[in-house]
Amino acid sequence: MAEPANTLEISLRLVRGAFQLHADLHLPMQGTTVVFGPSGCGKSTLLRAIAGLEPAASGQVQIAGERWQAPQFRLPAHRRAVGMVFQHSALLPHLSVEGNLRYGWKRAGASMALLAQWIERLQLAPLLARRPHSLSGGERQRVALARALVTAPKVLLLDEPLSALDAQRRSEILPFLETVRRDAGIPIVYVTHAVEEVARLADHLVLMDAGRITAAGPALDVLNRSDLPLALRDDAGVVLDAQVIECDPHGLLALHTGAGTLYAHGPAHLPGTPLRVRIQARDVSLALHHHDDSSLLNLLPAALVAWDALPGGQVQVRLLANGTPLLARISHRSLDRLQLQPGMALWVQIKAVALLV
Amino acid sequence: MQADTPAWIAAVWVTLKLSGFTTVILLIVGMPLAWWLARSRSFWRAPVGAVVALPMVLPPTVLGFYLLIGLAPAGPIGQLTQALGLGSLAFTFNGLLLASVLYSMPFVVHPLQAGFAAIATDTLDAAASLRAGPLDRFFSVVLPLSRPSLLTASLLGFAHTVGEFGVVLMVGGNIEGQTRVLSVLLYDQVEADAHVLAACLLAFSFALLLVMQWLGRRTAVLHG
Repeated sequence: MAEPANTLEISLRLVRGAFQLHADLHLPMQGTTVVFGPSGCGKSTLLRAIAGLEPAASGQVQIAGERWQAPQFRLPAHRRAVGMVFQHSALLPHLSVEGNLRYGWKRAGASMALLAQWIERLQLAPLLARRPHSLSGGERQRVALARALVTAPKVLLLDEPLSALDAQRRSEILPFLETVRRDAGIPIVYVTHAVEEVARLADHLVLMDAGRITAAGPALDVLNRSDLPLALRDDAGVVLDAQVIECDPHGLLALHTGAGTLYAHGPAHLPGTPLRVRIQARDVSLALHHHDDSSLLNLLPAALVAWDALPGGQVQVRLLANGTPLLARISHRSLDRLQLQPGMALWVQIKAVALLV
Repeated sequence: MQADTPAWIAAVWVTLKLSGFTTVILLIVGMPLAWWLARSRSFWRAPVGAVVALPMVLPPTVLGFYLLIGLAPAGPIGQLTQALGLGSLAFTFNGLLLASVLYSMPFVVHPLQAGFAAIATDTLDAAASLRAGPLDRFFSVVLPLSRPSLLTASLLGFAHTVGEFGVVLMVGGNIEGQTRVLSVLLYDQVEADAHVLAACLLAFSFALLLVMQWLGRRTAVLHG
């Protein structure tokens, strides 16, 4: 375990009617921790409790050795150095964009340079004089991000910041989230129920269900663990770290991954660029022999590990390709027809590889 | 004009003074009370809310009657004020002020309560996470966002106090220059000629409500 000075230690309890939050976490002081779970699982409540916004929450919160909450001690929300971004941005409606930015910045006594820096990084200069109600949803979240960051927080808490936006706005703001992730230099705790956001942003992943932590660890490990409910969802899949080998004139990227070389379409990247790819189980099929006559680009040798039955006559097969886990979703009938057995050597055919960055 | 001018001027002065002080006191007392009514989840919220609303349905004479008993030298408030060296408040301007504050309370507290309740919890939480303490939040977020409700509350409180009659007659009597307000003066002059005074009060009330309607629409447009 890391030194207390380098972790965000959380041990919180809260009872509200039939709901019970029971969360013990040690989060690293760098990178993005995504807290993932279905609606109502308590992930937002956990985030609010860290910020001191849930007076009924008891327990401990300690960040890099600084005590925010302990039994018999509770620092009020306005004394905790958090940057909080709410689902619906919660900009102060009576202040301009600049007024919103300066509100917390002034109270936190942060530097002019920090304010200027985030206005520039999140491209807010043209919006400064505008009122919140005249901004688009994406612009509002950008302002909310900057407003939180200019208070020089010790941790940035994001409560489903993209869930109120449509797909178009979401793709507009994701690059800014990448910027924040790269340049903020503080740990980020990001709450969401969208798998794409997990796969794209998470360094560490915490799964929650019914007020409890069901799994926590490095994002790829948790994402690819097949014993978790995440693995049996309709959109189950694996996420792999990848590195660009080359980019052909048609926009096809050759990628080096732990499972082998994969091809994917996407924007041009320089060789060596680190990326993440996601392969959904339903895009993977299995063959006993190598077929050279297929149009499929992505063919990898793999070993069958085991399978889980799914409702609707399907099975989800767990495989290891060069030691890297993959998932395939096939029909029960195919399983019988091919007489698949654990340990068998197979060819994995991948229809789609999604680039995440 | 039938009314002799000094009596008329004195009544206007008493009315303005009473309504002005009542409004100021009610804003000071009403803001924390309305905040608590808008935000608290306490069991006491409903009973307290009902007590605040009582003057809206209670015959003014009932309130006046109990106040008179309370304010009298032998009554609980009377004994307190005498112990403090203030004498009995019955038939004095201060007694009238106390009665007006109670009588006009719902007209100030209700608009404030509605305004406070309309402020999103997220907005206040955001201010807290931006390092604003409770008092800071009240002055930098709650008050600016409740400006329309504050104006409505002030106008209604003032107008309703100008319009009170039954309580004034019970508690304040009819002492010229001290407790005789316009509505009571009008009552005195019904036998003579009260046309001008009645018309003036009607015009005043109408103008005030008209201003409130305009303000209401402007706010709706601004926030719509």
